[in-house]
Amino acid sequence: MLRSLPVLRSLPPNFWSDARHYQIFALATLLIFNMGWLDFGARPLNSALAIGAALLTQVACTRWFGLPQLDLRSPLITGLSLSLLLRADTAWLHAAAGVIGIASKFIFRIDGKHIWNPAGFAIVVLLFTSNDVWISPGQWGTAVWFAALLGFFAILVLHAARRSDMALFFLGCHAALLLARAAWLGDPLVIPLHQLQSGAILIFAFFMISDPRTSPDSRLGRFIFALSVAALGHYMAFFMQMRPALYVALIVLSPFILLIDKILPAERFAWNRPTLQGASR
Amino acid sequence: MTSQASSRLQSTVAIAAVFVALAAPAAAFCGFYVAKADSKLFNKSSKVVLARDGNTTAITMAADYQGEPKEFAVVIPVPTFIERKQIGVVEMKTIDHLDAFTAPRLVEYRDEDPCAPREMVMRRLGGPLPASTAMLSAAPGGRYAGVTVEASYDVGEYDVSILSAQESDGLVNFLNDNGYKIPAGADAVLGSYIKQKMRFFIAKVNIERMSKLANNYLRPLQVRYETPKFMLPIRLGTVNANGPQDLIILALTRNGRVETSNYRTVKIPSDTNVPLYVKNEFGNFYKAMFDRAVEREDQRAVFVEYAWDMGWCDPCASEPLSNKELVELGARWIASDDDKPYRSFQGANAYVTRLHVRYDAKTFPEDLVLLETRDRGNFQGRYVLRHPWTGRTACEAGAQYRASLRVRFEQEARNLANLTGWSLADIQARMEQTGQSTRLR
Repeated sequence: MLRSLPVLRSLPPNFWSDARHYQIFALATLLIFNMGWLDFGARPLNSALAIGAALLTQVACTRWFGLPQLDLRSPLITGLSLSLLLRADTAWLHAAAGVIGIASKFIFRIDGKHIWNPAGFAIVVLLFTSNDVWISPGQWGTAVWFAALLGFFAILVLHAARRSDMALFFLGCHAALLLARAAWLGDPLVIPLHQLQSGAILIFAFFMISDPRTSPDSRLGRFIFALSVAALGHYMAFFMQMRPALYVALIVLSPFILLIDKILPAERFAWNRPTLQGASR
Repeated sequence: MTSQASSRLQSTVAIAAVFVALAAPAAAFCGFYVAKADSKLFNKSSKVVLARDGNTTAITMAADYQGEPKEFAVVIPVPTFIERKQIGVVEMKTIDHLDAFTAPRLVEYRDEDPCAPREMVMRRLGGPLPASTAMLSAAPGGRYAGVTVEASYDVGEYDVSILSAQESDGLVNFLNDNGYKIPAGADAVLGSYIKQKMRFFIAKVNIERMSKLANNYLRPLQVRYETPKFMLPIRLGTVNANGPQDLIILALTRNGRVETSNYRTVKIPSDTNVPLYVKNEFGNFYKAMFDRAVEREDQRAVFVEYAWDMGWCDPCASEPLSNKELVELGARWIASDDDKPYRSFQGANAYVTRLHVRYDAKTFPEDLVLLETRDRGNFQGRYVLRHPWTGRTACEAGAQYRASLRVRFEQEARNLANLTGWSLADIQARMEQTGQSTRLR
């Protein structure tokens, strides 16, 4: 099909086995859709600065820390995520977000693994240090939300990246908590379903909490972590009125991944080791 | 009367007519208005001023209540206990002033003589647009377990009580027995608020005090409280509503534009040239345009009609508000409360956002959760009339200018058709009558 196109045939054979290529395509599609059709708040200059800063920081840090190989895919995902999620009145804050996110990946490392998801870390740092950023979670509208959900879900199923169960664990826990709250309050089902329809939750579930480099190595560990983030986020949002709560919950709980990995050890993830399924394609 | 004053008057009259037309059946508010008897207290839109600085919130509710004052009753969920000093009444004219100041506007330009150097004339026409109030009729009901009247206050013409409750049955019984007719189906919503530890602010009119005040209308009630919750309860108002309702939220904040974080917030179409005849039916035009915008978003979006620094306006749809008026509406963080027009300066900024939402229980199942952004960009709903030059044009540029007019008029007709969904042929026929021919001669 698509792969038989002459242009695409020239791509390296393992191109199709790396979920990040699909993710970049999906996020870039959303960003282009935002610019051209349905505005949900991403601005061209801010987006360019976030992506540019993330890429440049990756280049600089790769040299500085003497890494053997430069990989621009992860910073591109970070830059795109920041473009779609973060809002700021002054554009340079997006550049700052890109730098903070990617630099954190190189600086805050324990046991060969970075602690925080770069985009999530940048968002939380800026939310707490700058008065000029915010998150607009409700601007996608139902149609784009469903399209994005289907797209992200398709990537996950088709590709079956080894750590992608995390997104489903999180979405399941988050939805279960919202449904439980609605049942307790006696609210109609339409309320929790409406609360789930936030673009920010999708990006969070599919690109942040499920970042295979910053998630627990074992499946049980990933489930425990997803449940903890959903529960803490829920507590912060509904009992502390903190918004946005999920990013803060993720960043607060991420250091505990080291503990989860000690208690529930499993094989460490690496992007450039092809998955079994990927290798068979 | 000058011609300028006369045209301004005309447009004001047109707007007033829409106002009345909008006062059609329906219901609600952020709380809900309930009648003591089964009365026909209907209105399709309500107006709320929300002033917020940090956690300090002031909510002022304007009820364009048309029924008997003794029948008036309101129930509003509030996040905390409310003391007497946190409740007040506001003059209706202050809210009307903010409404007029932020209303979508029609601006008028006159083409200059194409044979002479250019100079632009601009005139403001826009007046306040539909924004009235709401109420809901109720059904009878019937013992009150768990209800505590935490306090009762005399506030101007109102008797106000603050209730807390343990369960919705008791609360429904209490309200019904005290003359607040609660619509069937409201108990589930009240139950949800009770579990969220919200109190209930209830108010009725005290006829005796009202007659002493010699007011023949009900003044808007204002409640001020500290809460991290930045939201507007709309669910009670949708319980027994007869079709969708309109709500205009006038948000005063220190930092920037307000948006809803759980619904899409969309700017209303703006800055479009429309045919000259729209001048005399601006109200109808705006109503049709808003209907179409709502339809386009599947009635799932909140519309921004105005978002601007309070310190200036261009063009101004009414006189700027004074410091006193802004403080009265709850913006107590500004530095002064004198009668002088408000001016922004460092540390005492005020920004206003006018949001217009058409909602019902189906497309807006959840209360509006609001978010103050840091966006201080300016936006207004603005529609433009361009009067062609009607004097003599003897030069070559004049001939080109005349030739260009038909294309321009055609574009204006298409703009109007796109914005309102009105038939292009009808629009062109109306333009023909008003001297804007789109026909080839």
